[in-house]
Amino acid sequence: MGNIRFGLLALVAAAVTFAAARAIGNPYVFFAGYVVLQYVVLATAWNILGGYTGYVNFGTAAFFAMGAYTTVVLHKTVPVLPLPAMMLAGGAISALIGLGMGYLTLRLRGTFFSIATLAMAVVAQTLITNWNFVGGSRGAYIVRPRLSPIFPGDYIQYLFVIMLLLSVLAVVVARAIQHSRLGYGFAAIRDDEPAAEASGVPTLRLKLIATALSGGLMGMAGAPLPYYVTYLDPASGFSLSYAVNTIAMPLIGGTATWLGPLIGAVLLGTLQQVATVTISSALSLLLVGLLLVGFVIAAPKGIVGWFQR
Amino acid sequence: MTGALLTVAGLGKRFGGFIALSDVDLTVGAGERLGLIGPNGSGKSTMVNCLCGTLRNDTGNVTFGGHALDGLAAHRRTRLGIARSFQLPRPFPTLTLADNVRVPILYAADVKAGRVAVDPRRRCEELLNMVGLLDKADRKPADLTQIEMRKLELARAMASEPRLLIADEVMAGLSHREVDDILALLMTLNGQGIAIVMIEHIMRAVLAFSQRLVVLVAGRKIADGDPQEVVRQPDVVAAYLGS
Amino acid sequence: MDLSFDLWGNALVSGLLLGGFYAAVTIGVSISFGMLDIVNIAHPAFIVLGSYTAYIANSVFGFDPILSSIVLMPAFYLLGVAIYSVYDVSFERRGDASIRGLAFFFGLLFIAEVTLVLVFGVDYRLVEAPYIGPSLHAGAIDLPLRLLVPFAVSLALVLCLHVFMSHTFIGRAVQGVAQDPSALRLVGADPSRIKRIAFGLSIASASVAGAILIVIQPVEPSIARDYIGRIFAICVMGGLGSFGGTVVAAMILGVMESFTSTFYGPSWSPAVAFGFLLITLAVRPAGLFGRI
Repeated sequence: MGNIRFGLLALVAAAVTFAAARAIGNPYVFFAGYVVLQYVVLATAWNILGGYTGYVNFGTAAFFAMGAYTTVVLHKTVPVLPLPAMMLAGGAISALIGLGMGYLTLRLRGTFFSIATLAMAVVAQTLITNWNFVGGSRGAYIVRPRLSPIFPGDYIQYLFVIMLLLSVLAVVVARAIQHSRLGYGFAAIRDDEPAAEASGVPTLRLKLIATALSGGLMGMAGAPLPYYVTYLDPASGFSLSYAVNTIAMPLIGGTATWLGPLIGAVLLGTLQQVATVTISSALSLLLVGLLLVGFVIAAPKGIVGWFQR
Repeated sequence: MTGALLTVAGLGKRFGGFIALSDVDLTVGAGERLGLIGPNGSGKSTMVNCLCGTLRNDTGNVTFGGHALDGLAAHRRTRLGIARSFQLPRPFPTLTLADNVRVPILYAADVKAGRVAVDPRRRCEELLNMVGLLDKADRKPADLTQIEMRKLELARAMASEPRLLIADEVMAGLSHREVDDILALLMTLNGQGIAIVMIEHIMRAVLAFSQRLVVLVAGRKIADGDPQEVVRQPDVVAAYLGS
Repeated sequence: MDLSFDLWGNALVSGLLLGGFYAAVTIGVSISFGMLDIVNIAHPAFIVLGSYTAYIANSVFGFDPILSSIVLMPAFYLLGVAIYSVYDVSFERRGDASIRGLAFFFGLLFIAEVTLVLVFGVDYRLVEAPYIGPSLHAGAIDLPLRLLVPFAVSLALVLCLHVFMSHTFIGRAVQGVAQDPSALRLVGADPSRIKRIAFGLSIASASVAGAILIVIQPVEPSIARDYIGRIFAICVMGGLGSFGGTVVAAMILGVMESFTSTFYGPSWSPAVAFGFLLITLAVRPAGLFGRI
């Protein structure tokens, strides 16, 4: 199936999802659905770097929160800017951070990159905590508009649609890459870097592309967050649960294809939404940790691997 | 010397206090078959890595087809037309054989302006057919035998459409018949106009293959000439048999 | 002038004392990451676990936190052995240690943190001991026992491990196992077993490191994350697996953090370790004393 055809199909699926959510009529569906969709974007973005090229990013929270804080800054300085423009800005900032990090650490062994991303999350949080303009450690309040600016309905429906479209974009991009020249280059890097170089693959440039693309999508996913939570502080924006979820979802779904992160995010995201309501949020996080460890030990190819023989 | 494809002048490389290569000069003509021998640790692999850009040489210059290679990354050299096989085969384990070969087609052969405007799928099939692996095109490298792995390595090197192929011990550990098999394959490639540097311990194969033989000992070139004469040179005999 | 000298002197001394403590925190990773090439990013979680076991021993039974942590080392050793056994079977033997191995330890880090939150809540916990509170004085320089005792314990721990690594057969085998596992088989040692012992030791060190952590500062579950950057920065800069390098790098980071927090405020000190790590990775990935 061609990329355009797949993209149209994904849009139809998105439209059906939105229509179904509206038919249920309960605003909680949009609040919960938004979080699941946000994880679809994050997991897919993570997998472009982690699954395709084999470089593990522990700093999802940093890329994500940088997108969110870009929105906080823009909301205070240019409040008239529409949300999609803020998302582009947040994506650009996070992509640049990814590029910078990658440039410094991607020449080294993959583990050093991973450790650096972990440390970077701590530092980005330190910077934001000390930056009073965005509220410092006290956090920032954002007023959520009441109504959607483009169709009749609550603003949360608008946020839901935005995240739905971003998920479509992320999945279509991830799928297109997988079947493209870029995808073969990424796979070669993941499998054997010296052999990839010897085959003419410009490994450093491709790794930088993957890092920037992955970081940029994460930043875009974080940009609407301030409007969703209406109160954002560093501890919640940089929560470790973002990093754990975004790693757990592709690994549970399967990292080799675009489908794995999608399955993982929908399953695990929905499970957590249910568990948070019915049990407790701490226990639902514990569940994610246990599932992650369980899957990497027992099912190295994830759920998708069960259906491939 | 006209027609020199690869010119190496004064090549030197050291690791800490250990001198791996010292002032090595070498030329390879277009379409030539060159044998490179030397005892273990004589600097052959370091030489290959310096030529291919995996290592940076400390001194000297490498010129290939009129381009100065110094400081060029490995993938740029591949695109210029230097291909290598690895001593221990390094296939891409999660890709099928066809996709293994497809990577250099997409990243090296396609990039070269004016070169073959190829249909990647057909070229994949041609290459796998040439090494006799076409029927396994959809399998993964883990399913291959030792000799099939070497053949895949050669097919992948050839997929970048090189003008020079460096075959780094492609026959080590193979049986008598398998060595002949690979030898025939290399002769075929050479017949297509590709210069080949063969690094090998199996003297029978080197002597049958090479038009010229170069000997490295302790990082220095001690002989360069007609194979039959080189192997009778006293210092070469001494290096191999121990003095 | 005098005031500034006092400030500098105190910052320097407390930095050195802090650095000594960082050496104990890092030594476990110097073994697991530096020598065994196992990227145990969950190590700080085991340290915090050590803090909580010391806290229980202290607050429930009234034992000295550091002494009880030494007594508890065998339990941590066994925990390490158990974790390595799972890691070995699941990742190393499959030849797939990279992505999934990292995710495994990341998952452990997270599970440990959430479990501690569920059991103890997010409040800060502290311990009581006679050396928490009083200070020695050398001129204008303060030497709080709360830092001095951990400093001494930490250096003793590093010294013991150093003696073990350089003077026993197993210790020397550990040093060789990362370079050349096949050579080990030749002398009749099983690489798997050697690594299991070494990993056990690295986790055992976390018991003591955790106890001195909670002596120095109050502890809550998420504090582990602040130490990841520090630990790996020190480990890399110290030259991966060199104990001497680890101690020196720990002291340098300690002094840098101490000055940062004296002159810019403590909220900035977590950023120091990252800057330190990035510069090390960009400029000298082989560490201060390593060969490139």
